Amino acid sequence: MIKFLFKGLLRDRSRSLFPVLIVAAGVVLTVFLHAWINGAWTSVIQSTAHYSTGHVRVMTKAYSKEKDQRPNDLALLGIDTLMAELRHTFPDMLWTPRITFGGLLDIPDSNRETRVQSPISGLSVDLLTQGSPEWKILNIRNAIVRGRPIQNRNEMLISEELAQRLGIQPGQIATLISSTMNGSMATANFTIAGTILFGVGAMDRGAVIADFADMQQVLDMQQGAGEILGFFPDDFYHEDRATILTSTFNNQYQNSSNQFAPIMAYLRNDSGLSDYLDLISLFSNVIMGVFLFAMSIVLWNAGLTGSLRRYGEMGVRLAIGEEKGHIYRSMITESLMVGFAGSLIGTSIGLAFAYYMQVKGFNIGGMLRNNSIMIDNIVRAQVTPLSYFVGFLPGMLATVCGTALSGVGIYKRQTSQLFKELET
Amino acid sequence: MKRILFLFLSSTVMLLAQTPSGDEILKKVDRNMVTENKILISRMVIHGRRENRTIEAKSWQRHTNEAFTEYLAPPREQGTKMLKLKDNLWTYSPSTDRIIMISGHMLRQSVMGSDLSYEDMMEDPHLPNLYSAKVIGEEIFHERQCWILELLAKKEDIAYYRRQIWVDKSRFIALKENLYAKSGMLLKTMDIREVIEVQQHWIAKSVLYKDVLKDGEGTEFFVDAIVLDAAISDYLFSKAALKK
Repeated sequence: MIKFLFKGLLRDRSRSLFPVLIVAAGVVLTVFLHAWINGAWTSVIQSTAHYSTGHVRVMTKAYSKEKDQRPNDLALLGIDTLMAELRHTFPDMLWTPRITFGGLLDIPDSNRETRVQSPISGLSVDLLTQGSPEWKILNIRNAIVRGRPIQNRNEMLISEELAQRLGIQPGQIATLISSTMNGSMATANFTIAGTILFGVGAMDRGAVIADFADMQQVLDMQQGAGEILGFFPDDFYHEDRATILTSTFNNQYQNSSNQFAPIMAYLRNDSGLSDYLDLISLFSNVIMGVFLFAMSIVLWNAGLTGSLRRYGEMGVRLAIGEEKGHIYRSMITESLMVGFAGSLIGTSIGLAFAYYMQVKGFNIGGMLRNNSIMIDNIVRAQVTPLSYFVGFLPGMLATVCGTALSGVGIYKRQTSQLFKELET
Repeated sequence: MKRILFLFLSSTVMLLAQTPSGDEILKKVDRNMVTENKILISRMVIHGRRENRTIEAKSWQRHTNEAFTEYLAPPREQGTKMLKLKDNLWTYSPSTDRIIMISGHMLRQSVMGSDLSYEDMMEDPHLPNLYSAKVIGEEIFHERQCWILELLAKKEDIAYYRRQIWVDKSRFIALKENLYAKSGMLLKTMDIREVIEVQQHWIAKSVLYKDVLKDGEGTEFFVDAIVLDAAISDYLFSKAALKK
């Protein structure tokens, strides 16, 4: 039966070509958009994790309430003990302490007077400890534009854009003006080891990277860290595992009234991305829904046109005794074939587009000039196993729905009228 | 009845005649508080959310708009110096061996983590130059008879648009001060706990400053030693003195 229907579809192209093309076009759009949204969102999550929150983040309860201001006066103290505890309790995670700081970078002239100043946004990460995961997490070696990575104490990396703005070269001295964790003014001289370009607008505007131990000393935070970040070793964010990890850790300190007791948060809630995540999920579903609806309407129309064209055929089939239900089911089977063929073609073309955009990407740096969202300037699509199947559901459903709606007409045909109709 | 009315009116007129205007009181406060040259050794106890810190400093002040301060303790701050010359403020830190000008938004930063900002340090101490005053009430504060003055800024670009000060009626020193933004929001409070008389001037010996927008118990400021009308070398009020 299926073979018979398949042959019929191949031989009568007007029954298959137009619906297949429509389904394929819709599926191309679905597959590509899915991969594109996926890629953009993965980029946001990875950049946010790497440069801001980690997959999970430990801070004090007081710090967590004002985390957007990165209040170092509320930082974690005694971090060696806490780090040891985290490494012992959660050995599968990579743990690394960080301090985020703000301030001014002051470049002296030949008389050691201020030549130029600029506000900076600083990140201190552990770069001088053997085996520190930060080199890989921040991809520092690949981000170097001029000079070299940090190798010694009192060295810093500054963003290439900032270096250009300040007219400073690697090897020159800059004075950092910031605040200690007690609020006193902190000043320290650093040698510019090199300049960096992460390709993330929010970081590249005015970022400064300094070694963690150096900044502990400058900011008077001995044994202190603003936050301790935890990363999954495969560098992918696993929300279910992060949630379990967070609740396990927080249960230990649940009853502590100490505002400086540690608390853990996971990326989705911590970064303020939860609303965006929900929005993106809704957006994806809306795209699928709109596609399904539009395709159904188009295919219903195609089905109606086809039914009109096949009006006589249906009449003959009814007249020779074929059941209405059988005819209806055979049309649905035909539509499944059309849907499958369209989905297959659409998925292939959509995946090809998606792979191309995964390699090439699209530079949106110009649109992110004043943006604080952590996202790569080059947004790429990301093909995942789901990309191979995501187009099939709407592709098949649309054809089936379209045929099911247009095929209802079969049941309205009166057998008593058939011969009269066929005579005319 | 006419006699009672006459007595009431005349006593009111006499009372009004006894109360000087706000601007007159402010000028007297200014005469008491502002001295030409002084050297003082002070202590700031900063009551933070986590711990208390004590900062000690020695200051040389001249003509009310020039000041040189050297921090004496704790060891981390020792040797840090500040120079104020009219509207300019420089700081020197021995660890960097650099003189850095404090300007722009840095002026709003706290001094050594206290409840005072650099902007507070830069303020013209002659309040009559900045504010017009009126008496809005009287109150006994710290067991002293006080006038309550409301000060409104004469110009727009000022840190505190409105102030309320409690002025000791006999010693002409502000014992309490509330500082407000133009929006009406209370920003800082100042409470003088101890007053001493030095060379016919009443000086605050112990003051509690509180930045209302900041957590913590405020900053206590103590004057440990003070010399008025002291001879101060011109050299101190130069940038060269910062590196000495």
